[in-house]
Parts: sequence; C-alpha cells; structure tokens
Amino acid sequence: VSPHEPGSPELPWAPPGVGHLRATEPFPVAARRALGDTQLRRTIGNATATIRTKRASVVGEVPDWEALRVAGQAIKNRTMRDLDRHLEQLEERVVERGGAVHWARDATEANAIVTGLVRAAGAHEVIKVKSMATMEIGLNEALESAGITPYETDLAELIIQLGHDAPSHILVPAIHRNRAEIREIFLREMKDVDPALTDDPAALAEAARLYLRRRFLSAEVAISGANFAIAETGTLVVVESEGNGRMCLTLPNTLITVMGIEKLLPTWRDLEVFLQLLPRSSTGERMNPYTTMWTGVTPGDGPQNFHLVLLDNGRTATLADEYGREALNCIRCSACLNVCPVYERTGGHAYGSVYPGPIGAVLSPQLTGIEDNASLPYASTLCGACFDACPVRIDIPSMLVHLRDAHVRSMQERSRIPTSEAAAMKAVAWSMATPVRWRWAQRLSRIGRIISRLMGTPGRITWLPAPLSRWTAARDAPVPPTETFGQFWARTRGSQP
Amino acid sequence: VRIALFATCLVDSLYPDVGKATVALLERLGHEVAFPPGQTCCGQMHINSGYQDAALPLVRRFADTFAGYDAIVAPSGSCVGSVRHQHAMVARRGEDDRLAERSERIASRTYELSELLVDVLGVEDVGSYFPHRVTYHPTCHSLRILRVGDRPLRLLRNVRGMELIELPDADQCCGFGGTFALKNADTSTAMLTDKMRAVLDTHAEVCTAGDSSCLMHIGGGLSRLRSGVRTVHLAEILASTEETG
Repeated sequence: VSPHEPGSPELPWAPPGVGHLRATEPFPVAARRALGDTQLRRTIGNATATIRTKRASVVGEVPDWEALRVAGQAIKNRTMRDLDRHLEQLEERVVERGGAVHWARDATEANAIVTGLVRAAGAHEVIKVKSMATMEIGLNEALESAGITPYETDLAELIIQLGHDAPSHILVPAIHRNRAEIREIFLREMKDVDPALTDDPAALAEAARLYLRRRFLSAEVAISGANFAIAETGTLVVVESEGNGRMCLTLPNTLITVMGIEKLLPTWRDLEVFLQLLPRSSTGERMNPYTTMWTGVTPGDGPQNFHLVLLDNGRTATLADEYGREALNCIRCSACLNVCPVYERTGGHAYGSVYPGPIGAVLSPQLTGIEDNASLPYASTLCGACFDACPVRIDIPSMLVHLRDAHVRSMQERSRIPTSEAAAMKAVAWSMATPVRWRWAQRLSRIGRIISRLMGTPGRITWLPAPLSRWTAARDAPVPPTETFGQFWARTRGSQP
Repeated sequence: VRIALFATCLVDSLYPDVGKATVALLERLGHEVAFPPGQTCCGQMHINSGYQDAALPLVRRFADTFAGYDAIVAPSGSCVGSVRHQHAMVARRGEDDRLAERSERIASRTYELSELLVDVLGVEDVGSYFPHRVTYHPTCHSLRILRVGDRPLRLLRNVRGMELIELPDADQCCGFGGTFALKNADTSTAMLTDKMRAVLDTHAEVCTAGDSSCLMHIGGGLSRLRSGVRTVHLAEILASTEETG
C-alpha cells in the first residue's frame, strides 16, 4: 500500500478488536434471521412509517427545502476541502477559551485518552449524553474494564444499556423494542423500580426520570459527542429532545466531548442551514427542543474542565477517497434509514455496525476498509429513496456502486483465482461484446424452455439450478421465447449481421 | 423523427413482445423506427455488481451503435438511467475521456418510452384501447433517477376502456435490484411480498410498469402464487387498439 492510499500507516483504518463498526457475519445471514422475527418486523415497520410521515409533512412545509439541501451539501463539501486548517483553528479557539484538545488517531487512542481523563478527575462513574462517536469506539466497554461505570442518560440508550443490547438505529437506538419489552427491562434491571410499573409511555418515562435524576446530581464527569463544532469560534453544539443531554452538559464539573473530525463547520453562520435541516430530517420536528452550545470554559458557570477529543478512526482514509468521501458529510439524521425498504424489513442489527441503513452501508466499510464489511454495499436495491431523503444530498446509491467496484478490485488483487461470480460476470460481458456471440448466448438461454417442459410447468419456470435457485425459491422465471426480438426484426425487416 | 430502438438485453432475449409493442406504437404515431443491429446490453448489471472494467466495452459498444441517431428510445427506465447517469462515469474511470464525452452527448438523446412520447413527440393520448382493470407501479429508476414523474400516468389516463387503480405505497421498491434478488434473496422476497400485497389490494387484473425487469420480479411472484394477476409492460398497453384487443 502506498503512503497516500487509504488504509496505509499514515492514513489508518479503524482498528479491529475495538469498537462497533465490524459485522461478525455477512449481511444476508443476519438479515435472514431478522426477517424471521415477526415482532421485530412489526415494531420497526410501524416506527419507521410514523417517522417517515412526520418528516414528509414538516419537510413539505419548507418552501426552500431543496435550496437548503444544496446549501448543506455545499458547506460540507467546502469544509472537507480544508478540514486540516479548520481543525487547527478549532483547536486554537477551544484552547484560548480554557478548554483542552486531544487528538485521537483511532478508537484505542480515544478510549485511552478518555479513561485517563476520568481517572485524573478521580471519578468512578460518568454520565453520558447520547453519542454515536462513543458507541463507535466502544467507550463504555473501555471505561468498564478500567473500573469506571458509565450511565447512558438518553432514554433509548438507557434502554439499550440496561437490556445489554446494541443500538439498531442512529436516532432511535431502541427502535427494535416495543413498550412491553421496555417495561420488562426496567423491572429486571432498575433497582427500586415500582413493581406495579405499567407499559404506559408516560409511566416508563417517569421510571427512567427517577432512575437518572440521582445520577445527574451526583456525577462529577460527563461524556458527550457533538453534532457540530464551529471552527471560527470554538463552539460545540449538541441538539437533543429530552433535556437529559443538557443536564449532563451543565451539571458536572468535568465535561469530555468525543467528536469525529468531520463534524466541523467553518463559521457560525453555517449553523443556520443545519439547524433547519437536522431536526426536520431526523425527528420530523420543526425545531428540536434543546440546543446546547458552549465555548471552552465559562468561570463559575457549567463544567470548569472541558476536554475535546478529536477522533479520526478511519475518517482521514475516507477523506482520501475521491468517490467515497461524501459519506463524511453525514449529519446522522437517520432519514435514509427511515425511508430504506431494506432497513425497514431487517432492522439495524443486521448491518453489524453502530451505523446501520444506507449511510451505514457506505460509511462502515470505508472506516474499516472494504474487506471487513464487504457484504454491506450489496445490502441495497439502489432504489434511490435514501438520496431523496438525505438533507445534505449524499449520493448513497452511486457510492454503493463505487464500493462494490472497490470490493471486486480488492478481491482481484488478493487472489488470482476469480470467484464464481467474477467468472460468470466476465463470461456474460464477453458474450455481450459482439452481436454474434450475443446471438449464441441467447440461443443457450433456450435451455429454459427445456426446463419448463421437463418440470411440467408450461409457460413458467419454477426451478432453476443454483445460484438462480434463489430466484425460483419464491418466484417463477419467464420461459425464453422461441424467437428473440433481434430474430423477429431480422425475419420481418431484413437481415442482421 | 428518426428513432433508434434500444431493445435492452432483457426485452431482446426474454420479452420480445415489449419490443414489438414499442415499434408498433411509434410507427402508429407516424415515426420511423430503426433497430441498430450491433446492440447488446447497457452494462448496468456489471456496473451495479462492481464490475466496471467488464462494463467498459459495453459502454463503448452502446456509443458506437447509437451515435448516428437523433433520438434513442428504450422501454426501460432502468437501462436509460444507466446510460444517462453511469456510462460517462464508467468511461472516465476507464480513463477514456473521449468516450465519456461521446457517452454524454448520446445520453442526452436517449429517452425512456414515456419521456420520448410526452417530451419529444408531444403526445399524451396515443389512441390506445385496453379494456381492463390496471394498476401502475412506478419503478424506482424511472421515478428517482430519470424523474419521469407522472408522464406514464398521463399516457395511461388517456387509454380508452381502461380502469386505472392507484397502487398503495406505489413508490416503494419491489425488491428486485438486479443481483440483489440473488445476493439478498430473503430481503428481496420480503419486499416483493409487500409489493404483491399492494397490487392484490387494488383488485386489478393487470399490473403495469415501464421496466420489464421489475415486472419480471413482480410477475414472477404473482405467477408463483397463481394470483390471477398478470404483468403487462406500459408499451404493450399503449400499443393496444380496438383492432388488436
């Protein structure tokens, strides 16, 4: 690998063995299991349909929505062009205002930095704001193995943590749980919970509130992610719905923020565009209930120690890929998950990464290197619904096609013996390369007529050999005609070469 | 207008009636149709499966075959989508900038059937007669890559004798996705089931669309269930007249 290729020592991918970016089994295998879970199908189908409807209605009322999307895309593209400069400016401003900045090459480094900071603060427990970056690097596991107890305070993340479960959606991590299951988890895992707890949403929220209130009041250290960071001012921004995030961001004495380097915006004005795009795309609200912004440390107000951990973990390697770098423009709204027909049926666990759905299918394989998430770019029909929903116009379908190509190339580089698929694709392309070969290949397809006759199913084919058996398992195949269109044309309109 | 028909590999090999219907329709409207003999496939299956290198000769062949025509029509939103949005990209990645420019010029003259009829030929009533209860599935690539919008529906609404029923959740993918149907057969089947449920809910006797590939998928499922609903390509409905039935 040359020094400027992604995945080189200078531009490392996210390392294996730490964090949650790698699937342990191929997508089709995990998807098959999920598709058999009828309760999961119903729960996710209902939830995504509800958010889809809400999003469509609040997006529909913005007359300049398309212009906002274009602006969001342009700002992100411009930011990525000079990311190094903006990051250094951010560091300078944060330090000027009394914060400390740490650079983490990967998940292992970030976990070590955060664990060290918590220890230095003398804390044995921390409260956490909902954060994808800390889920990505497996921070909770790292803290626990260092004897520090992390408490998730976002309601859905709390359900996940208490249920010893993994998130399955970016915005709604517990989307795969219905309220009866949540009640069971609370009864099992929360000490002092009222045994008469019902599955009424208000009662469940109240139980979580009582459980969390003690943590908010006693915690010395909070850990958060960030939705945005403004380079020109050094300001960090977290948007949320519950207010639990704001409790974490304001009550403890020490605040540690772990932020992917791509979350940056150059100027304060840029935020205007994203604070319109994000809530409408994610929760389907005109405005999110809580927007917390802070710049360094304010004496006598809020946390008196602020640490910003800037996380790479494969992002620079992604940035180096001209066709794939747009995935870094993602603002984690989840709109693409909610409109994706594949996600809607399999749920998020099938993707095996904290980033599921269409954006996960392009982001995870780029952060880890394509070989470690090779099945994800194929987990899409390329229907295009994700692109239409994306608030920053990430062309996910084209990126999936690019990653499939990258995967095929990587396979070819690693082995001189082609896969059966590669051999079949080559054979088909060869037969289509000239009209003469093409006529012969079409003649071969008449085997289908024989199969139809042999199987006693005139007019349809109900069985084909592998791998086409995967088609005929649930669908009939058409019987090839006695005459192709080309032959018809030659017969009726004149000769053909 | 001298129109070249790009039959597509699927219609040429498996659905010749769709090609015949496209020709019959355009000739009925008074246009000359040519079928350039060198044509094979747009290469979309290779491109979307990750084999852009293998697709490059097909992209070149398409450009060589259709360079001389004013308008190129294909009875497929998906294949036209590939010509318009992928061919130049494949050429550029294969480091053939001249081919990329040629591909772009040809793509600008390549139309899906409903686009050709409504935008180029300026007709919405093509004088068809099709006395059946029909529902229309707007295929993903027609809808979201080509943005054909309601052009097919405008054509269908003018068909005499036909009852057009709106398909619930019409913009949802049927689950075909080329090799997706094989690589992720279980997920594909789950999506197909929901599409078939929507089709059956309409009580239509015919499901139509502008792509033989999606129709092969939906029709394959409906046939397996012996549902009694058949799939008919948009071109075949528009080609039908009182004389042909």
